[in-house]
Amino acid sequence: MTEVSPSISSTIVVENVIKQFGRFAALRGVSAEFDAGRFHAILGDNGAGKTTLLRALAGLARPTQGTISIFGKSPQAACRDIGYMAHPSLLYDEMSGMENLRYFARLYGISGDGRCAEAIRSVGLDPTLIRGVGQYSQGMRQRMSLARSVLHDPKVLLLDEPFSNVDVHSAREMVQLLKGRRDTGKTIFVVTHQAMLLEEIADEFIWMEAGQIVDRTTSVDRGANSCRGVL
Amino acid sequence: MNSLWSLTLATLVKDIRLEWRSKDALNAMLFFSLQVVVIFVFSFDPLAEESRHIVGGLVWVAFLFAAVVALNQTWARELRNQVLDAYRVSPAPANALFLAKALGNFLFVVVLQALMVPLFVVFYNLRALGPGWQLIPVAGLGTWALVVNGTFFAAMSLRTRSREIMLPLLLFPISIPAVIAMVAGTTAILTGENSAHFYIVLLLTYDVVFTTACLALFETILHAE
Repeated sequence: MTEVSPSISSTIVVENVIKQFGRFAALRGVSAEFDAGRFHAILGDNGAGKTTLLRALAGLARPTQGTISIFGKSPQAACRDIGYMAHPSLLYDEMSGMENLRYFARLYGISGDGRCAEAIRSVGLDPTLIRGVGQYSQGMRQRMSLARSVLHDPKVLLLDEPFSNVDVHSAREMVQLLKGRRDTGKTIFVVTHQAMLLEEIADEFIWMEAGQIVDRTTSVDRGANSCRGVL
Repeated sequence: MNSLWSLTLATLVKDIRLEWRSKDALNAMLFFSLQVVVIFVFSFDPLAEESRHIVGGLVWVAFLFAAVVALNQTWARELRNQVLDAYRVSPAPANALFLAKALGNFLFVVVLQALMVPLFVVFYNLRALGPGWQLIPVAGLGTWALVVNGTFFAAMSLRTRSREIMLPLLLFPISIPAVIAMVAGTTAILTGENSAHFYIVLLLTYDVVFTTACLALFETILHAE
């Protein structure tokens, strides 16, 4: 097991975050610092709190207790710096990929089709496709969802199971795409059950159990003993 | 402010496009209202004089129930694929979303009224004995009263388990003053017995108060978990 030492260049700081849904605590006192420009893979069994942590980082789940700081700001204040991709596509099925991205671009004050077309091409799709996203294959939808999340060129990318239901070839392509973004200085968090896909790329593996971060390693090997389901 | 209106317009155009492609809300509203007209015609078979006294109530009850269908649909499409979360993580102002939804619903209900009012006129043999033009402000202000509160309460009941039931339970009681003003105003114009001026002012006041309240509170509703 290789410990990752905290760095003064930490851009994301989570301090004693507790998130309760009624009487159930999804996050139980999570504290961590994450460096900028690194690829963080968040691993753990179902119900470990991975998605809740990601939603808290995105500002979608307000902590019951504790604070989250992204570049010194709250997640809500730092929303322009955050790109979020959820397990569902966050896209309108009846609209084409380009129509979807054109609308979401407006939410970030981006006008014109150039950036939208570029984002769609960057995930290996064709911006001229006119059929609705609802008629895309699952893999295409995942890619389009990724295009939506990178549209405004965020400094931090939060991706929840981006490789689920995607064939191995497409998943590897998406990994390379994310690697490229990490190499340009973006901070990336990926929640996944397919840790092996990220073995070569991730800078850090964050292990969660029962709403807590139980380990942080630079290798995926640690999970072989304590998180059998993940691998 | 510029950004608010430009985002409102972008969201409104997107909603109209989605409705044009799916026609979920319009079809449901249209068939519902059509059924109400036909059922009441066969139930009452009124004379023209009687019609003028009862049709104000019939027409607005039909539009109120039909509007609920549209109001549920408007937020339901934001829940599919959790698209609303994409809006929540963006820097776009919450009120742009609210205004776009309210304006979209207003537009859909006005389209419904444009299609249904001629049927009411024909089936009930209607002719206004008062100043007919006053039906326009009564209809416009009344419709806005329904959709502005409806859009707000539909958003509020989004995360409840039985939101289709919750919406009427929340919307109808708070709409009572507006519905009374709409029905009384319409009846006054059709019968020519009273002036509808008071009801128009009442509806205008109601709209200003509730639009302001909804705009002030919507951000809290949008970001509630």
